[in-house]
This record gives sequence, C-alpha cells and structure tokens, in this order.
Amino acid sequence: MSAGTPLVEVRDLCKHFPVGAGATVHAVENVSLQVGRGETLAVVGESGCGKSTLAHTMIRLHEPTSGQVVLDGVDISGLGNRALREHRAKMQIIFQDPFASLDPRRPVGRAVAEPLLIHKIAKGPDADEQVADLFTRVGLEPDMMRQFPHQFSGGQRQRVCIARALATRPELVIADEAVSALDVSIQAQVINLMMELQSELGLSYLFISHDLAVVERMSHRVAVMYLGQIVEIGPRSAIFENPEHSYTQRLLDAVPIADPRARRDRPLLTDEIPSPVWAAGTSPERVELREVAPGHLVAAEG
Amino acid sequence: MAVARSELGSPGRQALRMFLRNRAAVFGLVLLSGIVLMTLFGSFFYDQDPTRIMARPLQGPGEDGAPAFGTDYLGRDVLAGVVNGGSTSLTVALVAVFLVVVIGVTIGALAGYYGGWIDTLLMRFTEVFQVLPALLFAMVIVALFEPSTRTVAIAIGLASWPGTARLTRAEFLRLKNLEFVKAARAIGASDFRIIWRVIFPNALPPLIVSITLIMGAAILFESGLAFLGLSDPNAQSWGQMIGLNRQTFLNGWWTVTFPGLAIFSTVLSFSLIGDGLQDAFNPKLRGR
Repeated sequence: MSAGTPLVEVRDLCKHFPVGAGATVHAVENVSLQVGRGETLAVVGESGCGKSTLAHTMIRLHEPTSGQVVLDGVDISGLGNRALREHRAKMQIIFQDPFASLDPRRPVGRAVAEPLLIHKIAKGPDADEQVADLFTRVGLEPDMMRQFPHQFSGGQRQRVCIARALATRPELVIADEAVSALDVSIQAQVINLMMELQSELGLSYLFISHDLAVVERMSHRVAVMYLGQIVEIGPRSAIFENPEHSYTQRLLDAVPIADPRARRDRPLLTDEIPSPVWAAGTSPERVELREVAPGHLVAAEG
Repeated sequence: MAVARSELGSPGRQALRMFLRNRAAVFGLVLLSGIVLMTLFGSFFYDQDPTRIMARPLQGPGEDGAPAFGTDYLGRDVLAGVVNGGSTSLTVALVAVFLVVVIGVTIGALAGYYGGWIDTLLMRFTEVFQVLPALLFAMVIVALFEPSTRTVAIAIGLASWPGTARLTRAEFLRLKNLEFVKAARAIGASDFRIIWRVIFPNALPPLIVSITLIMGAAILFESGLAFLGLSDPNAQSWGQMIGLNRQTFLNGWWTVTFPGLAIFSTVLSFSLIGDGLQDAFNPKLRGR
C-alpha cells in the first residue's frame, strides 16, 4: 500500500434490506477495508455475495445501515444531501451493463458533459472542449460526441462511461463488474485503458469482479467476499499464491485451466450459497480476521 | 463504420420515421389536421351564424332552400353548427388534457420516484379520484358551478387524471432503478434534475400515446356532458347539438348524424394517431 493515509477507509459497513415481515437480507455485513491512493483493490466473490451492494453503499447509491465510509478524511456516510452531492465528484462508478448505463435519449457527448455542468467545472464551449479531451483520452473520436448510445458497440459505450466517470477528476473510481459484459478481446482493451488511466491520473480503483483472471491482471490487493463479509484480504500475490481461507481456495480452484494436463482434481464448489436472509433480531456471526502475513488477513474458520 | 439507415439519428427522429410509415396513423393525422383547420378557419369560408334561425325547422339536405346539412329543430343551419361547434370541443379537450398532464404527471412522478410514505399518500389520494364515477363527478362539478366552457374543461380534467398518474408512476418505478439513473445520481445530479431531465424524457413515449387517447376520450366526455345539457348554453358544441336535437332526430336524421360524424372523426383521428405513436415508440418494430 502506498504511504500515508489511505484514500478510502470503510469501517464496519453494513447494508441490510428488509424482505417481507420480520426478515432481513444482510447483503453487506461489517465490512472494513481500505483503498490506498493509486491502488486497485479488487473485490471478488460469487454472484449474490454482496460485492455490488458494497460498491453502491460505499458511494451512497444505497444508504448504509451502519458503519462509516471515510473518503479523503471526510466521513461521507453521514453527509446531508447537498454536501454529499459535492463530494460525489471525488468518487465515480462504472457500471456493468454499458447498454443500460447510458441514457438512450441523450447524445453521448452530453452524457459526458453533464458532470461538468452539475459540478460547475466548465460550461459552454469550454465544456465541449473538455468532453473532446476526455473522448480522446479514452480512445474515442471527439466527433462521436453527437451520436446516440445505440450507435456504439459495447466496448465503445464502456469507454463513454469511463469518460463520464473521469469528467469530475475523481480520486476513486468504482468499477462494478465493468468489463464482465464485454467480449474477451474488448475486455483486454478496456482493462489496459483503465490501467493506463490509473498511472496517468493516479486513480484508485475498487474493482468488483468475479473474473479472477482479470483480477489477477488489474489488482494490487484483493478482498474475497462471502455472504456479505470479507473472509480474506491481502496483496494479490498472497491471495493467488497462498490462499488461506477455504472459500478462497475453492474460488481459485473453480477457475478453468486451458491445459488438460494441468488439471487439478480438487473438488469444485457445487453447494448452494447459504442464505443471507435472517429473521429480525438475529444476525450472522461476526467474522474475525487475523493477520497471517503483513497485510494478509484471513477469517478464522471453524 | 457501416450503420443501417434505421440506426441513424436520435430516438425521436427514428420514432417520427416509423410513424410516417404507418398509413393509418398518417390518415389520422391528416383527418385531425382537417378538423382543426375547419374549426380555426371554416367560418371564414362558410360564414353562417350557427345560432341564427335561418329557415324552416327540420329541412333535410338537398331540400329546396335548405343548407347543405339541413336545418335543426329550430331551423338553424346544421353545417354552420358542425363548422363552429368544434372549437368548444377542442378547447375543452385541450384544457382538460393540460390539467390531466400537470396533475397526473406531477403526482405520478413524485410517487414513483420517492416511493415510501409519499407514494402511499399520493396513491391513496389518486384512488379517491379514481373510484368516483367520472361522469357523475364531472356532472356534480358542472352543476355546482356555472356551466361555462372553463368549468366543463376543469371538470373533465379533474375526472381524468388518475390514469395518467398511475401510468407515470409505473414508468418512474421501472426507470428509476436503471443504471443510467443511478449513474446520474452518482454524478451528483439533484432529485429535480433526475426526475425531469433524466427519467421524464424516457417516460414520455407511453405518456404521449396515452395523452393522445385521453384527448379523444375528453372530446367524447365533453360531448356526453353537452348531450346531457351540461355545457355553456351560449357556446355551441357537437355534443350539445346532438343533445338538443334528440327529441326530434327521428324526423330529421341529419340533425344528429353530422355532428355525430364530426365527433366520431375527431376521436377516431386521435385513436389512429395514438396507435401509430405506440408502434413508432416500440423499438421492437423498428427497422421493419
């Protein structure tokens, strides 16, 4: 991790959703993590483990049930609407589905210009110029500004979304399965773009993914989520080469290997994920993390 | 890059292209334009006073000295009535629909966007209006106040907005969880901006279709009220003509047929336009 205080510090964040009478989904349960400046923290886990909810709660697209999110020294979990809107410039999100995350009735140039106008960074011809710069930066032609989302391919749309996310010059960019919906070749292009932008602009990424190959390429550190809780977090090499938690091990075993001679015969994860729904008043047992190596924390199993 | 022709342009432009390819819809548009032109300028070309008793009562079309559409039970010119009666019908419908849009869209948008207790409160309020029989409700309002064109328009508007509120709410419920709306929130857009600049434009297509159909319904509603005698006695309208002639129309089919045809054509034109818009806004039919 880079020196100094982390850019983002999440402390005991919980997000519960009520379902029907007297039951609650514990989507995110006591999650604590940090993202350093210029660092990529990947959050991995299977579908429904709460990784997207964590991302959305961190930037308050969902209201947290409890816990804090400290961004750049400011606890944004308690901010009022107006103050929150100002802080939104520092944290942006790229969504999974590039077909749903752009307004179909708005030319893409205006979608990218909107954050500039809202945060009064630029307006008029000045905004157009900045949008053109952003387009160039993400590898799009500036004269595509007047086109509509349906005229773009998935990879191009995701580039538009990246341009929109970068418009406010954020420090933290959350990529919520940002490349999962793209073809593998396009995925590689978008990942390379994101990594270039990181080194140019010093961005921090919270990279939500279930694709471990992508995570291994992108991330500096990895957090493994299971049933709303982090069960293992540590440097990429520690997680990939020396996974301590049985869930992490099984997750890594599930990655197919193209070479049949190299196939392992460890059992795959086939059991259903236990339910995160709890009756009112009850809650899952809190997972305690212990440090097994510097920066490598693992939940105790029993 | 090769782009199919149907892929070009904004969604609105594509919808327009689809609409213009629909013959029935274009016919509806031409028919409506004709009716509007007749209402606006018809009296310049046929400048008979529709309220003046100009000949013997109940003279049929083609009879000696009778006007083209004959005379009514008092001897007034039916054609002059048809030409002039549209302005009341169309004005009432326009004002009523304006009210429907303002009340219905505002309540539906706020209920759908905010949800929770705001939604509950606004929807219970909407249901109160919805369970009232519309005709009876409008009749009570017109009867309580003076039966002026304005009162009739307000009464129809107040009786007709719940459907629009529910439709708007449903569209907002569908749209507010889409990612581009979340993206707008993540950017820092205010609620006002998200409601009116992001969600509302995307909710427009079904609303435009529904409003077109409500236009037709409002014209029918106005005719119904006028038929029952609930209209401004000094402002002639198609429905009023049918109502006034209902005692004698067996002796003179033309007294009700021509105003009836005018109502029928107007409502039909709105229906055809509404259907055409519905298809034009449906992306699944695009490019055919």
